[in-house]
Amino acid sequence: MTLWMWLLLSCVLAYGWKLLGYLVPASVLRDPRMSRIAGTMTIGLLASLTIVNTVASGQALVLDARLGALAAAGIALMLRAPFLVVVLAGAGAAAGLRLLGWS
Amino acid sequence: MNLLQSPAVRVGLSISIATGLYGVSFGALSVTSGLDFWQTMALSLLLFSGGSQFAFIGVVAGGGSGVAAMGAATLLGMRNGIYGMQINALLQPRGLLRFAAAHVTIDESTATSTGQTDPLEQKRGFWTAGLGIFILWNVFTAVGALAGSALGDPKQWGLDGAAVAAFLGLLWPRLKGREPVAIAVVCALATVLAVPFVPAGVPILVAAVVAAAIGWFSHGRSDEGLEPDVDPYADHPHTHPQGDAT
Repeated sequence: MTLWMWLLLSCVLAYGWKLLGYLVPASVLRDPRMSRIAGTMTIGLLASLTIVNTVASGQALVLDARLGALAAAGIALMLRAPFLVVVLAGAGAAAGLRLLGWS
Repeated sequence: MNLLQSPAVRVGLSISIATGLYGVSFGALSVTSGLDFWQTMALSLLLFSGGSQFAFIGVVAGGGSGVAAMGAATLLGMRNGIYGMQINALLQPRGLLRFAAAHVTIDESTATSTGQTDPLEQKRGFWTAGLGIFILWNVFTAVGALAGSALGDPKQWGLDGAAVAAFLGLLWPRLKGREPVAIAVVCALATVLAVPFVPAGVPILVAAVVAAAIGWFSHGRSDEGLEPDVDPYADHPHTHPQGDAT
């Protein structure tokens, strides 16, 4: 039940950000520093989420088949594959490596 | 005139299909990370911002708490406020329309709109991409969620690898140039260093603080990182969208 609560609160806050852009005077958000932080934080969070999902298992750091998924996704992206193909490449690499016996 | 003749409508429709389709991966990953069908749908219907949705389920999948998931999703949603300001300046929606516009203010609708120069085309691009993605994203989230719950053991299908790939896919288009790459590397390192010492989910928030500090103290492009996951104008380099509405 509490997951529902945090989930719905996330929805409210996400809408809050979006609406804020429409409601506050443009001069407030036009501060280039705000837009810069929004951008650097987007990069930082996505980089962090990528690495956490690759090497973290709870509070432990482990190297397993997910590392292969990261490499496969990187190669797919360098080949300019569409998003869905990148995701499938990641899944295929992890599943394939497990089939070969690498956790 | 026939709306399909409008360049912004055509770009908006193709970006809707490309983006909507990967709702399948969100739906499938969400149910295998522990959310149920309706929680998954609530994220796509109400939160409606791909990066934040993936962040929420990514933290939950890693064993993080609900509040950490909310923190990551909310911080990642800050850029939508910047987009809202840009769209407000361009389209100036009035009355109830502005509340609807806010909900569909995401990377792709903003990029489709700001990539046009004619005000009418900007408006058409925003609404076509915004509403088109909203409908298709939700349809394909449902498809993915139903397929995901039928899969059985997610690890056997490499779905944890799919999540890794999804995040790298979201990050990739934002890594244009040396500076964003440096920010990504520093934040990834900060995350790895934090993992053994703080509860699951919190390392992501540590990275957010590091990224915000970099943004606060350094002076680079003010639209760094504000790029869509799928570039609506990838095939039209001469009309590449500007991150700045001014």
